[in-house]
Amino acid sequence: MSTLAQPKRAPETPGPKTKKVQKEVGQDRAATSQGRWAFWLISPALVLLAVVIVYPVVNAIIMAFQKDQGLDPATKLFVQGGPAGFDNFVHWLAQQCGSAACAPGTLGSQFWGAVGTTFFFTAVTVVLETVLGFWMAVIMARSFRGRSALRAAVLVPWAIPTAVTAKLWFFIFAFDGIANKLFGTAILWTGSEWPARWAIIISDVWKTTPFMALLILAGLQIIPAEVYEAAKVDGASAWQRFTQITLPLVKPALMVAVLFRVLDALRMYDLPAIMTQGSNNTTTLSILVVEQIRQGFNSAAALSTITFLIIFLVAFIFVRFLGANAVASATPKTKGQEK
Amino acid sequence: MTAVSIDSAPKTAARRRERWASGRTYLSAALIFIWCLLPFYWMIVTAFRDVGYTFDSTPFFTHVTWDNFTTVFSENLGNHFGRNLLNSLLVAGVTTVVALLFGVFAAYALSRLEFRFKFLVLGFVLGASMFPGVALVTPLFQLFTNIGWYGTYQALIIPNISFVLPLTVYTLTSFFREMPWELEESARIDGCTQGQAFRKVIMPLAAPAVFTTAILAFIASWNEFLIASQLSNEQTKTVTVAIAYFAGAQAHQEPYTAVMAAGTVVTIPLVILVLVFQRKIVAGLTAGAVK
Repeated sequence: MSTLAQPKRAPETPGPKTKKVQKEVGQDRAATSQGRWAFWLISPALVLLAVVIVYPVVNAIIMAFQKDQGLDPATKLFVQGGPAGFDNFVHWLAQQCGSAACAPGTLGSQFWGAVGTTFFFTAVTVVLETVLGFWMAVIMARSFRGRSALRAAVLVPWAIPTAVTAKLWFFIFAFDGIANKLFGTAILWTGSEWPARWAIIISDVWKTTPFMALLILAGLQIIPAEVYEAAKVDGASAWQRFTQITLPLVKPALMVAVLFRVLDALRMYDLPAIMTQGSNNTTTLSILVVEQIRQGFNSAAALSTITFLIIFLVAFIFVRFLGANAVASATPKTKGQEK
Repeated sequence: MTAVSIDSAPKTAARRRERWASGRTYLSAALIFIWCLLPFYWMIVTAFRDVGYTFDSTPFFTHVTWDNFTTVFSENLGNHFGRNLLNSLLVAGVTTVVALLFGVFAAYALSRLEFRFKFLVLGFVLGASMFPGVALVTPLFQLFTNIGWYGTYQALIIPNISFVLPLTVYTLTSFFREMPWELEESARIDGCTQGQAFRKVIMPLAAPAVFTTAILAFIASWNEFLIASQLSNEQTKTVTVAIAYFAGAQAHQEPYTAVMAAGTVVTIPLVILVLVFQRKIVAGLTAGAVK
């Protein structure tokens, strides 16, 4: 059960190879029966997922090409709905309301700002969480008394609901709050752009670094101690051991952890929505979508489709070019491979 | 830096360096410990502090009172925290049970059986777990409004399944492939069918894995905010939403102490759960990410 005692598997054995090996063994009938079993066991879950995800997404895409009912901001005439072509997408991407640019302050004028904010939050939080998480993981991997207490403590921020985390840090960052007293400052943390952004970033780092640290720790633990011993004997310095052994061997786990965090950060909603309600340029894409819902479904659907595509694109780039292959690492070993 | 010199250096220097290294480890561990727990500790201290001393910065329990907890559950102030708790329990509970019912079978097939498109199915499941919640909220908001489901429990449970079920399948798949499957082989040699082997041998063995996954699924669903804040009404509001929009005794004044009390009520059960099942939860969280 524990991730500790896992025999390390050579990373160069991807799943598909196994299938070929198995087919060569020539258990055609067994394979057919397994396939049938698999079909009946998996289809309920897949059908359920299709109902709760694919159906709404397809629905959203259809909605995105419809006009919203309401007054046209340019002509002041009531719009009945009907097909809109790419108007909703143009509205967001070009920040166009009718034929003119959207007035400052309207949701339509905030798209690129929200994209910038979202990517800024993602970049800063993921970098901080990776560095801090790595440090935490290295400490937790050492053997010392109280190690299991430390591992338990690290789980506490992870378990606290994000909504509670937001309120807790909102209190800590209140004007009369403990943060200002501790550092002798008088900052209106949630009152202006940069303090608000940093308050959100610090809260997010507190909440999610433990998750990162535990994933990296699991990656560190599959590196056998003998490798380090051998390197020591060969005269490698601590820095060399870190860059030549730890980093390359932990890289697959690290990339998956970073991928998870990036995709999670790109949909960030709870912290800024509760701490600042998106004011002072802390509106993320998710907040913008939610604010748009009550002003027009179809336009919101277009925006959520754009958001989805952006996240999909980032995931694609990660998997394709940076080698963060979560699927490959999740592809189970099969009977043939186990000894 | 100078690992080579350890062997050649005099013994006392080596010992001193060793003590220095372990000292640094403890210092770092203490820093991590404090960083993770201090905000949580501050929440509890504030939860038990008299409203008049909200911004008192004494680092230990002072002006201790239960008033904040009374405020949290006070119906006169328009808070229905008891009801919110039950709502969360119901939504998270049903979501977990449904996700496990469907997830166990899928995970069994994914970890044990050889079939075409396995890679594709896993990719789909993983992709689904990374799916942004906002992309569901918009169409579901309209759909549920149209069919009169807005503010019902199923309106919260259905979207929750969209991220809890993939999590369940993913975690269970990694757990299942670490189990002693030779026992299944033996059972089959002894004349069990694959179905019987699954029920009589594998199910009891898999119980701890399923239980851990259930905890993870429950926590994920219990902590959900975005969907609940958009698709619930006064009747079905969950705790996370209630805390975010908490009403205090005075209008336009953030009821910090009461909110911290509410946060404590919501968090303490989770923290206890996490501390008790620490090892299992860490295993479940990291399952699949490595190996």
